[in-house]
Amino acid sequence: MGARTLRTLSLRNRELFYLGVVGVLTVLGFASVYIARQSLVSWGSLSYALFFIALYLAAHVVARFTVPNADPYLLPLAGLLTAVGVTEIYRLGPSDAFKQGLWIVIGVGLFALVLFGLRRDFRVLEQYKYLFGIGSLALLFLPRVPGLGTTINGARLWVHAGPLAFQPGELAKIFLIVFLAAYLREKREVLAQGRAKDVGPLLVIWGATMLVLVSSNDLGSGLLYFGIFLAMLYIATARMSFVLVGVGLFIAGGYGAYTKIGHVHERVTIWLHPWTTGRVYCPSTGGLALRQDCESYQLVRSLYSIANGGFPGTGLGKGTFTTTSGGELIPFVNSDFIYSALAQELGLVGAAALLLVFMLFVARGMKIALQADDGFSKLLAAGLTFGFALQTFIIVGGVLRLIPLTGITLPFVSYGGSSVVANFALLAGLLLISDRANANMVGAR
Amino acid sequence: MNKQISRVALVALLLLAALIIGTTYWQVWAAPGLAARQDNAIQRVAQFRIKRGLIYASDGKTVLAKNVVKKAGGQNLFFRTYPTHGFASQVLGYSTQGRSRAGIERQENAYLTAANANLGTIWAKLTDKLKGTTVSGNNLILNLRVNAQKIAENALRGKCGAAVVMNPKSGAVYVMASSPTYDPNKIESPNGFAGILKSPSSCPGSSSALLNRATQGLYPPGSTFKTVTAAAALDSGVYTPDSRFNDPGYCTEYGQKVSNAGDPEAPESFGNVNFVQAYQHSINAVFCDIGKKLGAGKIIDQAKKFGFYSTPPIELPSNELSASGEYDFKKHALFDDAGLADPGRLAFGQDKLLTTPLQMALVAAAVANGGVIMTPHLVKKVTSPGGGGGTVVKVKPHALRRAMKPATAAALNVMMQAVVTGGTGTSAQIPGIKVAGKTGTAETGAYKIYDAWFIFFAPADNPQVAGAVVVEHSPNGFGGAVAAPIAKQLMEAILPSASKG
Repeated sequence: MGARTLRTLSLRNRELFYLGVVGVLTVLGFASVYIARQSLVSWGSLSYALFFIALYLAAHVVARFTVPNADPYLLPLAGLLTAVGVTEIYRLGPSDAFKQGLWIVIGVGLFALVLFGLRRDFRVLEQYKYLFGIGSLALLFLPRVPGLGTTINGARLWVHAGPLAFQPGELAKIFLIVFLAAYLREKREVLAQGRAKDVGPLLVIWGATMLVLVSSNDLGSGLLYFGIFLAMLYIATARMSFVLVGVGLFIAGGYGAYTKIGHVHERVTIWLHPWTTGRVYCPSTGGLALRQDCESYQLVRSLYSIANGGFPGTGLGKGTFTTTSGGELIPFVNSDFIYSALAQELGLVGAAALLLVFMLFVARGMKIALQADDGFSKLLAAGLTFGFALQTFIIVGGVLRLIPLTGITLPFVSYGGSSVVANFALLAGLLLISDRANANMVGAR
Repeated sequence: MNKQISRVALVALLLLAALIIGTTYWQVWAAPGLAARQDNAIQRVAQFRIKRGLIYASDGKTVLAKNVVKKAGGQNLFFRTYPTHGFASQVLGYSTQGRSRAGIERQENAYLTAANANLGTIWAKLTDKLKGTTVSGNNLILNLRVNAQKIAENALRGKCGAAVVMNPKSGAVYVMASSPTYDPNKIESPNGFAGILKSPSSCPGSSSALLNRATQGLYPPGSTFKTVTAAAALDSGVYTPDSRFNDPGYCTEYGQKVSNAGDPEAPESFGNVNFVQAYQHSINAVFCDIGKKLGAGKIIDQAKKFGFYSTPPIELPSNELSASGEYDFKKHALFDDAGLADPGRLAFGQDKLLTTPLQMALVAAAVANGGVIMTPHLVKKVTSPGGGGGTVVKVKPHALRRAMKPATAAALNVMMQAVVTGGTGTSAQIPGIKVAGKTGTAETGAYKIYDAWFIFFAPADNPQVAGAVVVEHSPNGFGGAVAAPIAKQLMEAILPSASKG
C-alpha cells in the first residue's frame, strides 16, 4: 500500500493499518524470543502475540465509535511500546508477562471507559478541577496510610488491596495535570501579572505535592511533577521569568537536599562517582567495598548491560541477565531497568528506534496541543505529553547516567500495573482532545 | 499559547534526543572500556558463552588451559580448566566467574574471546551471531618451555623466589616461575581460594601465591646491580676494564665504614685490583667509590636506560607488573631524585633499590645482546580456532631500547664470564659452554638472612639464553651458592648443546 493510497484512507482505517503493522512486529518479537529460548519457553508464547492483536483491535473498535476524528498514530505507537515491553518482560520472566498482560487488559478497559464516558465533551472535567487537585494529593498520601502502604526499594509508594499492589502516584500525576490545566486556563491572565493572591493556591498544591514526594523518598516523581508544573505554567503565562525562577529554586532546593538529606547525597555521589579505585564505606554492609560493588552496583550493572549490547545488540532472548547459576545480575530489570535490558538485546539500532517511537508519540501529542482550540485542551494535551516525555527522560537518563538515577517506570514499556493503566488513561485523554480539535477543523471547512 | 507549546515541544524532543546520544556513548564509545573492567559482572558471565581459545606451551602440544562444557539455562557454557594444575600459574592467571581474570587470561582476553577487532574476526563473529553458533576464540601458543619451566618450579619448590629465562636476541620468555605457586582450578572453590591466599610461613610478608614474583616481586638486587653501575662507569668513559683500584676492605660513606660482603665479622680485603677483578669478586668498597665519583644521578640514569622506573611491556596486566628503582619505603613510591639517594650503597645495589627478577633478567639480556634490550614476549603466536589452526599473529622480535654502548656490553660480557670462571659464580659453570653471570647477595635487614640472586647468559660468545634467579630470605644464602646452581640447571635444560653433552 503506497503513501498516496494511505492518505486517502479515513483516519481510523489508517490506524487499523498501522495496528496491523504493530501486530506483525509483535508476532515477530515473540517468535524471536521463542527461537532463542526454545528450551525454556513453549510455542504457547505465540498465543501472547495473538492475544495482543485481539486487544489492539478491541481498542481500535472503541476508538472508531467514540473518537472517529482522533489522531491515527497514537494508538499504534502506544501499542508498539506496550508490545516491546511485554515481549522483553516475557523474555525476562514469563510469569510477570502474564500479570502484565492482565494489567494491559485493565488498561484498555479504562481506556474504553474514559472514551465512552467523556466522548461528548471532556471539558466537563474543568468544573471539577479542585476535586482533581485534592484527589491528586489524596492519592499521593494513600501509601502513607498505616496498613495500606508498603515500602519497596526504599520508597513508600505502594498500596496493597488484597492481592493487588498499586502505585497511586501514577494516577495522581494525571489528576494533577488535569487540575493544573483547568486552574491555569482560568487564571492565566492574572497569573501573568504575578499577584500573590492568585499564585497562592497553586503554590499550596505544588508545595504539598513536593512535600509528599520528598518525604516518601520518591525523587524521580518529584522532579517529574516539578517539570510538568513549570512547563504548564510557562505555556499558560508565557513568562520565561517563572521558568528561570523555578529552575533557580530547583537548583537551590536540590543543592540543599544534597547537603542535608543523606538519601539524596548518596544518589548524587553514585551519579558523579559510580566507580572507585579504592574501597570506600559501604552503608548496606557497614564495611569497606568498591562503590561499584556496593551503593552504585545497580547503575554500574545497568551501564554494563547497555554496553554489552553494542551496536547490533545480542539479539532478543540472547542477552545476559543472570549468572550461570541463575542468580540475578541486574535488579529490577523488568521495571526500572527495562531500558538497560532492551538496549543490551536490541543494541543501539533497537534502542534508538525505541526512543524514536517515544519521540513520535511526543510529537503527535504536541501537535494535538497546537491544533486544539481552547486553552484547557491545549494545556491538558501539552501537560500530558510533556509529562510522558519527561518521565521517559528521567528513567532512561537515569540508567544512562545522564542524571542521578531514581526509580520510575518507562511509560507503556516497564512492568507495573499502575503505570500501564495510567498511561492508557493518558492515551485516552490525548485521543479525546485530538478528536475534538479535528472535528472542529472538519466542521469549519 | 502555540509559541510556548512549540518551545516546550522542542525541549521535550531534545530531552529524548539526548537519550539517543547517551545510549550511543555507552554502546559505541565507552563499550570497549567497560568490557575490559574487572568488575563487569555482565561481561564475565556473557563470556562463558564464548568457546575460549586454548593456551599451549611452546611445543604447541602441551595444553595449559582448556574448556569444559556445562549446560545451563538451555545454553552451552564454557568453563575453564587447567590440566597442568599449577604449571606457570601466575603467568597463565585464570578466568573465572567469581574472581574475574588474571595473567595471560586477562591480558590476552580479546584474542581468547575473539573480541579483538580485525576485519576477519568482526565478520566471523557477526555471522556466528546471526547463525546462532558458538563464538570461538583464538588459541595462544606461549614461549614457555615445558621442561625448563618444570625444572625452575621444582628447584624453587618449598622456597620463595622466582626465575626468568629468555632469549636475549628475540625476547622470547622461556621460563617464568614464581614460588610458591597454586592450582588455578581451585580459584573458584571457596576453601581452595582461602588456601591460595594463605601465605606460606617460609615467605616473609603477606604476599600470597597469587603474586607473580617474577614481574611483581620487588627485591633489593644486591651485587647484581653492580652490572648497571659498571655499565654507567664504562659508558661514561671515565673508567675502562683496566682501571685500577685499591680495596682497603671497606669504603667510607658519610664518615661511616661500609664493609665488603662476606662474613660481617671478618670482611675480605683484596688490595690492588683492576675493574674486572673488582666485578669478578664483587668488591663493595670499589663500587662504593665508583658510585661516589659518578654520583647517584649517573647511576639512576643508567638504570633508566635498562628500563628501571617503568614497567616492562610484556603480555601481563599492568597491575601484575612492578617498576624497579629507588623506593621511598614510607610512601611505597618510586623516586628518582639523586639527592635523596646514597650513591655509594646504590652503586652496589643496596640503598633503597628494589627490582623485579624480570628487570634483572633484562639487564643480563642487554649485556648478552650487545647492549640492546629486546621486548620480552610470553606469547609466541596466536592461531585461529579449529583443526586448521592458521596463524593469526606471529610475534616478531623487536628492540625495546639500547641500554649501553656496544663496547660497554662487550667489556661487561668478559667481566661476567670472569665471575663464573674464577669469581663468585663458579657454581654456574657448564663444561664446554662459556657461561657469564653475576651473583647478588642482598641484605634483607635480618641477620645473616639474604635474598640470593644470580643473573646470567650463555653461551657468552653467541648468547641463546639470559635470565635471573632469586631465592628469598635464605639463611646464609649467598647468590653463588643458592641461586647460581638453579640457573645452571635452567641453562642446561634450554641450550641444545648442553643437553646433548
